[in-house]
Amino acid sequence: MNTQVESQSPIHTKKELQLQLQGLDVQFGAHFALTQIDLNVYAGERVAFVGANGSGKSTLLRVIHGVLPVSSGQVHWQPGVQQAMVFQRPHMLRTSVVNFVALALWLRDVPWRVAKEQAMHALHQVGLQDIAGRNAKTLSGGQQQRLAFARALAVHPQCMLLDEPTSSLDPHAKREVERIMEHWVTENSATLLFSSHNLGQVKRLATRVIYLENGRILADLPTEQFFHQPLEKSHPEAHLFLRGERV
Amino acid sequence: MSSLTDSVFAAIGLIAQQDPMLWRVVARSLWVSVWATAVAGVLGICFGAWLAVTRFYGRGALLTLINTLLALPSVVVGLVVYLLLSRSGPLGYLGWLFSLKAMVLAQSVLVFPVVAALTRQCVEDADRLHGEQLRSLGAGTGLRSMLLVWDERYVFLTIVITAFGRAVSEVGAVMVVGGNIEGFTRVMTTAIALETSKGDLPLALALGLVLLAVVLCLNILVAALKSWRLRVDGSTSDPLQKAWV
Repeated sequence: MNTQVESQSPIHTKKELQLQLQGLDVQFGAHFALTQIDLNVYAGERVAFVGANGSGKSTLLRVIHGVLPVSSGQVHWQPGVQQAMVFQRPHMLRTSVVNFVALALWLRDVPWRVAKEQAMHALHQVGLQDIAGRNAKTLSGGQQQRLAFARALAVHPQCMLLDEPTSSLDPHAKREVERIMEHWVTENSATLLFSSHNLGQVKRLATRVIYLENGRILADLPTEQFFHQPLEKSHPEAHLFLRGERV
Repeated sequence: MSSLTDSVFAAIGLIAQQDPMLWRVVARSLWVSVWATAVAGVLGICFGAWLAVTRFYGRGALLTLINTLLALPSVVVGLVVYLLLSRSGPLGYLGWLFSLKAMVLAQSVLVFPVVAALTRQCVEDADRLHGEQLRSLGAGTGLRSMLLVWDERYVFLTIVITAFGRAVSEVGAVMVVGGNIEGFTRVMTTAIALETSKGDLPLALALGLVLLAVVLCLNILVAALKSWRLRVDGSTSDPLQKAWV
């Protein structure tokens, strides 16, 4: 099977290349979690990774973020690009909400006092400023996800990576987190890379959709084309996925 | 049976009368074990946490060694420390043999593997669950291990209490390196052994009851802290915490 998929995403001649993946393989023992991934991401793009469970979405985001090593190939970020990641189930440290955010800044060599001030600003952005002194462990699922988002925002990233950021939330919390994400991306013309099982969310947020199956990219299309054009012949696997036959 | 009952009543009498000899032995025993637990606690937690997050050639063998040392007989520890501290030994110049310092050293050696092994397991489990998110923030190996220790700090309370229990209840090591000298290096366990051999069962039993009471108080303290923690955190969902505390 040919694993090289030509990107049909919008032409990026004027946009700055921000991230480049070349011939990426990730192997866990004998199992290939990702195989020959080639991908270019341009500044300001909103890229959604979709696919069934185990298709490699989360692994790909972790590799891009740099917390998972590659077996072969390269991940190349343009120099100076700040990136941050929000995990599917953010782990809350046993500390206050404001300290939880400030820690991320302190680890980037920001003095603790300044880090706390900047953390408060980030909490304002996600509407958690009133509970800054509360223990992070006591927050609800939606609040925890917003807090994780605040921590990511605090480091002023140009690119945000989100691994199924709303999958464990109720509809109200889901809408709230989505609203914050969309507002931040629009305000900052930032790049967004996210994985999701929620195709409605993908439609609302993404400008480009990448379909993964068994660790390979099998479709890379603009959102409009992915959802509204017939894919039976050009991308049969993605077509079956959209029909719910690849879950 | 009646002799046991008589001994129990006599022991309660000794405790109630606040027998000075009894309380001096208890105080000495607590002093030695608290210091030993503090020394082994600090070193064991640092070493165990580091071992949990680092990977190097021979790590598996080191883990096997640490786990084997959990079953280290206290008299063997006493013997090794005795040889180290004896006049011809490498640490003989310290002049610690038959002193409380020697007893602290012996108990520290005895409980260090307990703290290190339990810490390693706890931090490694936590790292498997949350380490990636700390790496994502930019925390390197050393800082990550310390953040995980801080985050799991209530579990370490249980580990330290376990280590203290092992230290305060052992007899072999302190007997060998301390010499059980009355008024100087005699502690609860060595006094119990001596008084039993002399046939003074009430005193031996009184010391045993005090030893049990100390452990009971510690357990009450841990339970109280756990209850306070649950009120503060409002979180019982972490399976790791549930398993440990």
